[in-house]
Amino acid sequence: MRVVTLAGEDDFEGWRTAARALAAAGVPPGDIAWQSGAAPDLFGDEAVLPTAAPAFPVPRAFITLAETVICHKDPERFALLYALLLRLRARPRAMEDSADPLLLRLEAMAKAVRRDIHKMHAFLRFREVETGEGPRFIAWFEPDHHVVRAAAPFFVRRFANMRWSILTPALSLHWDMAVLREGPGASRADAPSGDPIEAMWKTYYASIFNPARVKIGAMLKEMPKKYWKNMPETALVGELIKGAQARESAMVAKAAAVVGDNAGKTWDAIRAEAMHCTRCDLYKHATRTVFGEGPLDAEILFVGEQPGDQEDLAGHPFVGPAGQVFDSALADAGIDRRRTYVTNAVKHFKFVPRGKRRIHDKPDGGEIAACRWWLQQELTLVKPAVTVALGATAARSLFGKVVTIGALRGSGHRLPDGGEAWVTVHPSFLLRVRDDREAEYERFVADLKAIAARAEAVGAAA
Amino acid sequence: MSQLDVRQKLAILADAAKYDASCASSGTKARDSRGGTGMGSTAPGMGICHAYAPDGRCISLLKILLTNSCIFDCHYCINRKSSNVRRARFTAREVVDLTLAFYRRNYIEGLFLSSGIIRSSNYTMEQIVEVARSLREDHDFRGYIHLKTIPDADPELVHQAGVHADRVSINVELPTRAGLSRLAPEKSAERIEGAMKGMKAAILDGADAKARYKCAPEFAPAGQSTQMIVGADAATDSAIVQRAAGLYDRFGLRRVYYSAFSPIPDASAVLPLVRPPLMREHRLYQADWMIRFYGFSSAEVAESADGSGNLPLDIDPKLAWALKHRETFPVDVNRAPRELLLRIPGLGVRAVDRILAARVHRRLRLADLARLTRSLARLRPFLIAADWRPTLLADRLDPRPKTEQLELFAA
Repeated sequence: MRVVTLAGEDDFEGWRTAARALAAAGVPPGDIAWQSGAAPDLFGDEAVLPTAAPAFPVPRAFITLAETVICHKDPERFALLYALLLRLRARPRAMEDSADPLLLRLEAMAKAVRRDIHKMHAFLRFREVETGEGPRFIAWFEPDHHVVRAAAPFFVRRFANMRWSILTPALSLHWDMAVLREGPGASRADAPSGDPIEAMWKTYYASIFNPARVKIGAMLKEMPKKYWKNMPETALVGELIKGAQARESAMVAKAAAVVGDNAGKTWDAIRAEAMHCTRCDLYKHATRTVFGEGPLDAEILFVGEQPGDQEDLAGHPFVGPAGQVFDSALADAGIDRRRTYVTNAVKHFKFVPRGKRRIHDKPDGGEIAACRWWLQQELTLVKPAVTVALGATAARSLFGKVVTIGALRGSGHRLPDGGEAWVTVHPSFLLRVRDDREAEYERFVADLKAIAARAEAVGAAA
Repeated sequence: MSQLDVRQKLAILADAAKYDASCASSGTKARDSRGGTGMGSTAPGMGICHAYAPDGRCISLLKILLTNSCIFDCHYCINRKSSNVRRARFTAREVVDLTLAFYRRNYIEGLFLSSGIIRSSNYTMEQIVEVARSLREDHDFRGYIHLKTIPDADPELVHQAGVHADRVSINVELPTRAGLSRLAPEKSAERIEGAMKGMKAAILDGADAKARYKCAPEFAPAGQSTQMIVGADAATDSAIVQRAAGLYDRFGLRRVYYSAFSPIPDASAVLPLVRPPLMREHRLYQADWMIRFYGFSSAEVAESADGSGNLPLDIDPKLAWALKHRETFPVDVNRAPRELLLRIPGLGVRAVDRILAARVHRRLRLADLARLTRSLARLRPFLIAADWRPTLLADRLDPRPKTEQLELFAA
C-alpha cells in the first residue's frame, strides 16, 4: 500500500504530481491510500512514490474536471480521479464517452462543487466594520465542499478596491487591495454580528415580492434552508408567507370594491375590444361581434348559445324568432327584460351557407372556450345574483365542461368562480319541439319564475 | 406630503417595481474592477441570483422605480395617474448610494431602474440616465445596469441610456393593439416598435464599432428586452407566441418576458380581477424556450395549442406538439440528427449534447439514457434505443395525467 499525503483538501497540484508518477509506474488504484493534511492512514505502510515521472498528455477536459472534483468533500475523490486517469492512458478518448458511469459520477461531483461555489458567490454577505485603515467588509460563510480558494478570485475581481475578509471554518481570506492573504479557520463569533444597511436590505426584500404569486417550492429549490442562517433577509420569509394570503385578499377586495364607479366605461371599452376579436375563426364570416346588452347592475344574466342570422345583421342579442319566444316567456314569468343582462356564450354567428340562406351551425368546444374570456369579463362586471344558461352550449361555457340540461334543470348550481347558475332550455328549442309545445313552454316559464324568485332572494341577502 | 426617509421610499418604490418580470443580470460583456477605482464585475454568461423571494423569483438586481408618480393612466398599472397609491420619489443621488451600499455587501449584481413618467418623457429619461451616468463616471461602477427606456423620449437620451447600461428594455405592455388601446390609451404600438427599431440599430452600430475599434465604447452589450402582460386582454397563447416571435425576429430582442397580470391594489375597473394565471405564464415561457432553443417556429408552437388557441395547462407545449405529430416519433437516439433529438419531449439541449457525444463511442441503450437524462419514463414512448423500441405508440401513449373530477355541483 502506497500512501500519498496531500498538503490540503483542495491540493490539486499535489494530487497531480503524485498521480502522474503513480500512473507512469502503473500502480493500480487499489494500492494507493490518498490522504490530505496530517491524518495518518492506518493501513499505509509503504512510503511514497517513484520520483520525478515524465509528464504524459491528458485531455484539457480532464484537467478542468479534476481541478473541480478535488474540491469535493467525498474522501474517495482522489482515488476516483486516479482511476479515470489510468483509463485515459489506455483510452485517450474516454473523456468523450459521457454515458460512462465513472465519468458520470465525477461529473456529478463537479456539478456539486460548481453549485457550492456559485452559492458562495451568491449568498455570502459582507458586513462593514470600521478599522484604523478605513472600512473593512467581513463575511462569514460555511461552504459544503472545499471551495473557499476556488471561489476567492471572483471576490478579488469584483471588490478589487475594497478591503475585505471572508471567514470560514477551515480557512480565512483577507484582501488588502493588492494581495490575498490566507489565515486559519475562524468561528462565527469572529465575524461582526450586524450592519445598519441590513435594515434597508430587508425592507427591499419584503417589498419586492408579489404576494399574489407565492411559490415556496421554487424559492426553496434555489435557496435551500441550509444557507438561510447566514443570510439576514431570510429571517423575514416566514412572516412574509403567512401575510401573503391576507395581502393578496386585501388587494383583490380593494380592487373589487372600486368596480361599479366606472363599470359603464369599462363595459364600453371591453365591448369595443371585442368588436375586433379574432380569438377563433368565426369572425371571418360573421358580420360583427354581437356583444351582450343590459344594465350592468342586473340581478339576472342570461347566456344564450350564439347570435343567429338576424342578430348578426342587427348587432343585438335575442332579436330573432327565438328572441321573440324568449320575450314572451319573460313577460309571462313577470320578468322585465330591460332589467336583465342578455348575452351569448359565443359572440360571432356560425353558419353554413345553403343557397341564399345562412343556416345556424353549432359552435364547437374550441370556439366556446375561445369566447369564454369575454363572457367572464361580462360576469365580472355585472356580478349577477343568478346566471342562467339557456341550453347546453351556454351551460358548457359556464361550467367549463359538457353537461346535460335534464340533470341540472330546476335548481341552482355553484359556478367554478363562486357565482350561482341555473340551467334551462334555449328558447329555440321551443320552436323546434313537435309534441307538447305548450307544456314545454309552460315548463320554461316555470323555470324563469323560479329563477326570478331566487334572484330576488339572493339579491335581498346580498 | 411629509418628507419620507430613504427607507420608506425604498419600501414604496420597490413595491411598485414588483410587477416587472425581468430580473436577469446575464448576457453582458465580462468586466471587473481591477485597474479601476470603483467596484463591480460581470460575467459574460450566467448572472448571479443573490436571494430568492417567497414568490419564487430571484433577486439579482436592485429593482426599483425612480418615482411611482405618473402622468399616464394605463389601467393595468398600479402607478397610473388615477390610482391613489402612496407616491414617492428618489433623487438620483439616493439611488446611486443605495446601489453602491447594497453592491458592496454582495446583496446584488447591479441596478434595474424604471420609472413612472413625471413632467415629460424627456425629463424622466434624463433622470434615469443621470443615475447610470453617475454610477459609471463618478463611481467607476462596473456592475450590471438595466434601464427601462421611455419610447417617447428624445432619441439622444435613449442613446445615452444604451451607452451606460448593459441592457435596455422597452415594454410592449400588451400583446394586442386592441388591448393596448383599451388598457394603455396614451401609448401607441407604433411608437413602442419605433423605439425598439431605433434601439436595435444603435446596438448593431455599437457592436460594429466595437469590432473595428477596440476603444469604442460598449453599447448595451446585453441587448434589449421587453415585457408583455398576459391575461389582461383577450389575446390567446397562439397570438402571444406569434407576437413574441415577431419581436424576436424584427428587433433582435434577447428576451421577451411574460408577466401574468396580477390583481393590484386599487386596480382600474377595466381589468379582470382573477388570480394571475401563473401556469399559463409558465407554459408561455416553455413555448418561448421552444422557439429560442429547440428550433420550433412560432407556427409550430401554435400547433400545440388547443381549439381556442391556448396552450394546454396540464402538459408542456413540447409534449403537446409531439402528441399532435406522432408520425415524427419514435426517434432513434443512435442515428437521428440533433434537430430531431431536440424535438423529443423531455430532452433538453444539454442532454442532447451528451447523447451526441456519447453515441460516437457506443450504441446507446436505455440504461445509458437513464444516466444521461432526467426522466427516462417520460422519454421512452418517443425514442428508439439499441435495446428498446416502443410498440403501438399511438394506442398506448397516454402521458396526460389523470385529471381530478372537480366538485362542480357540491353544495
